Amino acid sequence: MIAPLSWLKDYVDIDVTAQELQEKLFSCGFEVEELYQVGKDISGVYVGEVIECQPVEGTHLHVCKVGCGDKGIFQICCGADNVKKGIKAPVALEGATVYATAKDHVTIEGVTTIKKGKLRGIESFGMLCSGTELGVNGDMFEGADYNGLLILPSDSKNGEDVKPLLGLDDYIFDISITANRPDCQSILGIAREVAAVLKKPLKEPDMSYKMVKDAKKKVKVTVEAPELCPRYIAHYVKDIKIGSSPMWMKRRLALCGLRSISNVVDITNFVLLEMGQPMHAFDLNTIEGSEIVVRRAKDGERIVTLDEKEFTLNHDNLVICDGSKPAALAGIMGGLNTEIKDDTTAVLFEAAKFARDSVRKTSRALGQHSDSSAIFEKGTNEYTTEHAMKRALHLIEQLGCGTVTDVCCDVKTPFSDTQEKHMTVSPAKINALLGIEVPAEVMEDILKSLNFGVKLSGDDLDLTLPRYRDDIFGYPDIAEEIIRMYGYDHIHGTFMPTGKITNGGYNESQRALNKLKSLLVAEGLYEVSNYSFYSEKDIDMLRIPEDAPERSYIKILNPISEELSVMRTFLAPSMVNTMLRNLKRGNYEGGAFELAKVYIPKSLPLSDFPEEKMRLCIGMWGSANFFNLKGITENIADSLNVQFEYTSASRPFLHPGMTADIICDGEVVGYIGAVDPEIIENISAERPMLLAEFDYELLEKHAKPFRYTPLPKFAEATRDLALLADSDVTCAQIQKEIYSACKYVTEVKLFDIYVGNQIESGKKSMAFNITFTPKDEAFSGDKLDGFIKKILSSLKYKLGVTLR
Amino acid sequence: MDERQIVDTEEIKAKIEEAVKEIKSSATLREIKMKFLGKTGEISGLMKKLKEVPPEERPSLGKVINALREWAETRFDEFEKYVKKAELSERYAHEKLDVTLPGNRRRKGAYHPDTLIVDELVSVFAGMGFEIYEGREIETDYYNFTALNTPKDHPARDMQDTFYLGGDFLLRTQTSAGQVHVMESKKPPIKILSPGKVYRPDDDATHSPMFSQMEGLVVDKGITLCDLKGMLDEFAKKVFGDGVKTRLRPSYFPFTEPSVEVDVSCFECGGKGCKLCKGTGWIEVLGAGMVNRAVLENCGIDPDEYTGFAFGMGIERIAMLKYGINNMKLLFEGDVRFSRQFRV
Repeated sequence: MIAPLSWLKDYVDIDVTAQELQEKLFSCGFEVEELYQVGKDISGVYVGEVIECQPVEGTHLHVCKVGCGDKGIFQICCGADNVKKGIKAPVALEGATVYATAKDHVTIEGVTTIKKGKLRGIESFGMLCSGTELGVNGDMFEGADYNGLLILPSDSKNGEDVKPLLGLDDYIFDISITANRPDCQSILGIAREVAAVLKKPLKEPDMSYKMVKDAKKKVKVTVEAPELCPRYIAHYVKDIKIGSSPMWMKRRLALCGLRSISNVVDITNFVLLEMGQPMHAFDLNTIEGSEIVVRRAKDGERIVTLDEKEFTLNHDNLVICDGSKPAALAGIMGGLNTEIKDDTTAVLFEAAKFARDSVRKTSRALGQHSDSSAIFEKGTNEYTTEHAMKRALHLIEQLGCGTVTDVCCDVKTPFSDTQEKHMTVSPAKINALLGIEVPAEVMEDILKSLNFGVKLSGDDLDLTLPRYRDDIFGYPDIAEEIIRMYGYDHIHGTFMPTGKITNGGYNESQRALNKLKSLLVAEGLYEVSNYSFYSEKDIDMLRIPEDAPERSYIKILNPISEELSVMRTFLAPSMVNTMLRNLKRGNYEGGAFELAKVYIPKSLPLSDFPEEKMRLCIGMWGSANFFNLKGITENIADSLNVQFEYTSASRPFLHPGMTADIICDGEVVGYIGAVDPEIIENISAERPMLLAEFDYELLEKHAKPFRYTPLPKFAEATRDLALLADSDVTCAQIQKEIYSACKYVTEVKLFDIYVGNQIESGKKSMAFNITFTPKDEAFSGDKLDGFIKKILSSLKYKLGVTLR
Repeated sequence: MDERQIVDTEEIKAKIEEAVKEIKSSATLREIKMKFLGKTGEISGLMKKLKEVPPEERPSLGKVINALREWAETRFDEFEKYVKKAELSERYAHEKLDVTLPGNRRRKGAYHPDTLIVDELVSVFAGMGFEIYEGREIETDYYNFTALNTPKDHPARDMQDTFYLGGDFLLRTQTSAGQVHVMESKKPPIKILSPGKVYRPDDDATHSPMFSQMEGLVVDKGITLCDLKGMLDEFAKKVFGDGVKTRLRPSYFPFTEPSVEVDVSCFECGGKGCKLCKGTGWIEVLGAGMVNRAVLENCGIDPDEYTGFAFGMGIERIAMLKYGINNMKLLFEGDVRFSRQFRV
């Protein structure tokens, strides 16, 4: 919301600086995002009178003597074609700052400081300025558009600073308005807050006008879609004389960034800015049958708006029609066919309240936005609708550009709401919510300053709400009004003296997850956070078959891009991309893990909450091999107090010889493997990648509580065995056999593996270190020999494994 | 017969001195010691000579031999000490390390900055009695908006765009969605902290389509705005440093009334004004307010009996402020050069 200080001063006697006002607004809930000083780049420019003006022969230059009152008389060389004796113009004296312009004298190229200089050998002690050089255009000051000197009024006082004269001493507040205060989307709305916060009276704008009877003209308004248009006011103004607006109005519009178009159009824009009510002016002679119908568009109906864009409409779009055709997109923009032209003589003004979501939806659907739609989308109120029409008619009269008739249609539909609202609040309850004691009289004063009607009734306050406030529902809203004006610095910290003590912190499951994270970090892995969505292409990258469950994903209907459009069903694609991103950036070694949710729909399209399942994914790239990653997963098993089994398995994206299912208590809880070299090649990763992924909920399910095992009473014994096995016999098979052959075996550790010319081909040598834990007595050498014998015979019989 | 003719102690002493003169190692020294003092050594051999002398001379000769033995033992001890010392200093010289060579270790990984911040916040609030509640990320329109006093045509819906998943389902835009689930299932006193991922269709240096929030909710009897302030003061001190103050200023959220924006005094410049706080001395860190009566009612809690406050903050925002991270994207790229720095 843009609000010039000079305009606010029309309604409130502001006696603080712009910076102080900024602070005050901030404290009561209106953050000034930017405070812009209009003439901030201009300094040292004064009113000067050309008292002598001699042409310099052979040039376009004039050498002038310029009188600057108490500043003195200066010789200035000037190239403008409108310089002549007797005129008054802005003079930038030595040291002044003005805008530098390009050769065309129009394009601003930054700020320049004026120095003494010589033009064609003639000394010049300053510069006579154009409007452009001072950042002033024709809408800001009469004649400032001229490509030459800006001629100042002859009654300007020589030597006076030109900034106040040109309106360059103004400030513009860019204020952010919260969604609950649509009534403050206007200069007047801000002025009301300024008045309250400065404790000053508000001067309402003049809304008076006289009506001339017009018995001939009949205007008919029908609202067929009252749910989208609760209120519609149309007023006929005749004898329109289209012309330009007065300077003061042009200036106001210009300060707010609007271009002056014509008096009638400017009035609608002025009222929009001042009152916060978008208005529209139809050329009544183009309105067929002088009839307005507010209705939903027919499917396929077309309209060309003022900016000459054509739209095809449907049932959801509200249109203002005349007897036969759409004449405006309600609340968004008028139609080209009914626009105000230079020869318009009769105008029908519209001030209406349109449902905010209807305007928003239409505006978004058509991609057509305007100052008007921006305001309607946030919400308007009928109090303002009524007043805005009055103000517009007043301005017609003030500008003398038409005659206000008594032909007016004010349609209040059943959805209209013009009732005054009342509320009774208890100061005690308000204080109980705030936690401080604000005296009832202070509350009364604050509420009155905000235009609430206030009556004391016993201990309570009977309130009449301002009609433009639609955001007050209960006493907490009143509490907010009071504290924002009373000051949040009155709120002092307390520590829930009335609250019950509660027990806080992580629960068991959250602690387990944190413990797992700390293990993985200790293993040298970096925790990463990937987006919860990826692309179908990422699933394709991993060669997931068409009918695989990974492809039963939830799709985002309005994704930012296709890359981020599919909710993850597994984490591997994101991890592969993270590894790839690292490799492409020259991070050739690394390991990462992610603990995040995947989203498994129970049915598609969604009809019930999907399952959100926590998963753990680990990725390692560079020189790490399968067993480096397996070492980590083995430590995970230890930390969960479980055993993992690994069986050779396959996944569409993993190396067929380097993939295992990870099994816990007979259930597959995850996989581990190397990314298929073909995929590595396809994605140009150039280094191997390893992946492991777990269903975290299964890990959590199988995790066993830890219990201490008493230390053995007798010393443990160990024996080493070097075994010769066929190359397809697995380590796990041998270990399992050793365990089952002797109940005293508590650990079987592989410590060497050898394949080569020392042994026959097709065989491998594996050396194990076996731990025997006695129960009732220490083992003698003979007893241990017996165990080994039994183990060896069992290995030979079951697996054909022999002692090497 | 003169005992000196039988045992020339001076000669033996000279022999010993001569033998050890060049000795460098303690092993050789031990060999020589054996040669003289061992069972078959020269000095032990002298004892046999006792039989050759008359019995009356034996005691005096024995004394001489014993004195020689004692002398020799002392001498050898001295030599040993000397040799060992020499050996040790040689060893020291030999084993001298370049202590600047790197240690042998597996480098530790690192937590994601979000995890570090969440953990810190949880420990602050756990001490104040807040339980941790992790809500779902896929929500319905009702939990994310309607129950939070943001019906369909509410302009506050424009404050945050939303990813829609079909039907009533959407990706939650705020952890506040979890509030309703908690209040539906739990009766006051309620004190929960709810960290989690949220989603909005924004993508630039300070916005990411996925980010994390931490929501706090207290509902109990007699809870006031001053209680909110007291708790936030504690939070600011613990997270940003002892001297850090908080400031409340009016704001708007549909699910709280009154609503406030909470600033902390700039922990970089102490409130004097710097680049971080854009010269204002204050940094905006979170939104908060007293739970709107309509929200309590929607959850079946009597707003005349209970009041409460809620607050919500962006985890990445806190992380970026605290660690000086300038681009939010870095948090979601998994670049190990970034992650490595958080190995703290």
